[in-house]
Order: sequence, then C-alpha cells, then structure tokens
Amino acid sequence: MKKIPGYRRYVPGTQPPHLHPPYVSSIKRAPLQPLVVLPHTLSEITGPLFERDIADVKACDLTRQHSGEPLGERIIVSGRVLDENSRPVPHTLVEIWQANAAGRYFHNIDQHNAPLDPNFIGCGHAVTDSEGRYRFVTIRPGEYPWGNHHNAWRPAHIHFSLFGPAFATRLVTQMYFQGDPLISFDPIFNCTEDEKARNRLISQFDWETTIPSQALGYRFDIVLSGRESTPMETHAHGEKS
Amino acid sequence: MSLQAITWQTVGPFFKIGFSWLYRDNLAEPGVSGERLEIAGRILDGDGKPVPDGIVEIWQANSHGKYAHPDDPQEKPGELGFTGYGRVPTDDAGSFHFTTIKPGRVPGPDGKLQAPHLAVSVFTRGLLRRLVTRIYFPDEPSNAEDFALKLVEPGRRETLIAKRIEGRTGELEWNVKLQGEGETVFFDI
Ligand SMILES: [Fe+3]
Repeated sequence: MKKIPGYRRYVPGTQPPHLHPPYVSSIKRAPLQPLVVLPHTLSEITGPLFERDIADVKACDLTRQHSGEPLGERIIVSGRVLDENSRPVPHTLVEIWQANAAGRYFHNIDQHNAPLDPNFIGCGHAVTDSEGRYRFVTIRPGEYPWGNHHNAWRPAHIHFSLFGPAFATRLVTQMYFQGDPLISFDPIFNCTEDEKARNRLISQFDWETTIPSQALGYRFDIVLSGRESTPMETHAHGEKS
Repeated sequence: MSLQAITWQTVGPFFKIGFSWLYRDNLAEPGVSGERLEIAGRILDGDGKPVPDGIVEIWQANSHGKYAHPDDPQEKPGELGFTGYGRVPTDDAGSFHFTTIKPGRVPGPDGKLQAPHLAVSVFTRGLLRRLVTRIYFPDEPSNAEDFALKLVEPGRRETLIAKRIEGRTGELEWNVKLQGEGETVFFDI
C-alpha cells in the first residue's frame, strides 16, 4: 500500500496548552503526563462525514427557530472554511452555540441572573458550500459573568465546532468580536501564547455582508489543518463514498 | 503553505446546546455486521471526581476494517447505514455509554495491520482542546503487535484497553482518567 500523507501538526505556540492555571477548570482536568506522539494512519486521516442535507435551512438562522423574534441585535456571521493549503473545505459541518443577547444560555446549569428569551435557544448548524462558505443569522451574544475568579466576565463569543475531512481536522473554538474590552482580561482567549494566533479568533466587522436596515455582518474565516503534502490523486473532500 | 490552523478553545459548560442534536449512542443499527458491544465508562478528574460536563466522540471502521470515507483506499466492503461516528455526553455521575460493533483491522504506518480500535475525542469544560485517545479490545492477540500500543510505556497500555465485565457478555468498561494516578494515555495527533 502506498504511503498515506498525514495532516500537518500544529505550529508550536499557536495552540493552547492543556494546563493553563489562570483557567481554573483546567487545573484538575488537564493531563499531566506527556502526550504520546502518534503518526497519522488511516484512522486519523479519515473521519465522520455527514449528508449534505443534514442541516435543514432553518438551522442556520437562529432568529427564526421560534414563533417570535428574539431580542437583541441581529447579526450575520459568515466566512470560509479553508485548509492550511488555502483550499476551501466544502460540504463540512459547522455547529454553533451561544448565549442570548442578555448573556444567558438556554441551559439548565446556567444560573446567571439575566432573562432567558423564549424565542432564542442559541443553537445552529450549517454545511459549507462547494467554496467552503458558511453563513449564520443570529443575535449578538451578551457578555456574561463566570466563577473563574473575582469579577470574571467572558467577552461576547460564539462557540464553533467543525469536523473537516478527517478525524485529525476536528476543531472546536470560539469567535470573538472586534473591540470587546473584555478580551484582554479573558483567561480562555489568552491561553494561547502566540498573539497572532489569538487574534485570529476575533471576527471582523464587514460592510460587504451587512444588510441595509437589517443586520450587521461579521466575517470569521476558519482554517483547519491541511495535508502534509499533495496527495497523489485529488479527492473531493467531504463527499460520501 | 500560506495559512495556519486556527486555535482551539474549550467547549465550556454549555456545549449541550450546540451538540445534542447530533448525539448518536448507537453506531450499530440492525443489519450492520459485526460483534455487537456496549461500551460504558466514566470520565474522572484529577481528584477522581466524575466529570458531568464532558462529551465523547467515536470514529471507527466497520467490521471488515473499512472506513466510510473516500480517502480509505482499501478494497473492502463498505456497509450501508454504518457511518462509524458516535457522540455521547456524560451524565451527572460522569458516565457515558454507547453501542457499536467491534471494528476490523486497518493498516498502520508500517503497512502492518493495527489491532482493532476506536479513535476517541474527549471534550469537557476545563479542557482547552480535545484529548485524543483510543479504545482497544480485551483478549485480542493483535494488541501485542499494534504499533500505537507499542509507542506507549507498557505500564500505561492498559488504560487504552476496555475491560470485560464479569458475567455480562457483550459489555465492556472503559474509563477516562483525565489526570493523576492511572491517567489515561492521550495522543498528540
Ligand atoms: Fe460560552
């Protein structure tokens, strides 16, 4: 069998360590033994693929999942999913979840004293198009307090989960908003050493996707690990065999 | 090379909102071939306390050792209705469980076959990025020659091998110890 090219390893400093004491929850949950470096095999270069119609149209518009309109500032979050070789990642699943405009999650363990919105759950998913593009309509999430340290507040953020073409390309991250004063104090945002890498988590306000009288646009491009070297034959990633 | 992969961030405590629509605890619908197994376990932290806000994702080959993926070049039969993907949350006791079939063997980097295994991602509040590990199977002679198990110091290998439960056929136990004594082996992939 011919050698299978693996996916690139992360550039040192561009990913968070497992143990980051300023993020208190990591202290008892981060492994302390060194990780065992595993060369990529068929098990890592393949991964779950989903039907292109797995996400119904309503799932990408978080403002239209209920009978009424949610409270808050309507926004459009869109971007492209690319790999490190600048190739689009088509037909891949993107999942998001977030707090409502008041900074409260629709979740039984969120006890923050802020109102729930019966018209906003804060869950969405979409499949990228053939150019790797995705687009969500949602509400700008509120900042919220948390128990990490005295007077701790999370900057406004949207959680993102992506699969990409392989087990090795799985990614969960958070998207932030330009100019948020809480970002520089946030131990989660700041867990990554490389400043440029951190700043790629901040979405950019975007006139092009802003809809007049409707919603401001924010652009958030997401880069997943790319192949180590060009494979012999090109597969259309994300397609079911 | 022009771009760099984006940085991971924790799933936080509220991932259920985004993940629950795709929970899949049964990978082996009726008609899927292979030895059916129920795998259950707990995620425990460095103090041995259960982790109630965790999630386990599975990726595996079918019973012939073929992945439902176009980059698997092997000429082995695929199986309709078998995707190989599972996603299960932990409950208040830190427990999770899923039903699947024992996968066949897939090739390793040296061209030799690997022992049957599931690829596993673990996400919890407190983990800034996922932990990657594997589940191997008990009483499996090929474990002795598996390249990935051989990368692990012998004393820690058992953390990757599910255990039989006395008197209960078809049920296996496999726990995730995030930290401390008996810490599960996690891979850098
Ligand atoms: Fe959050």
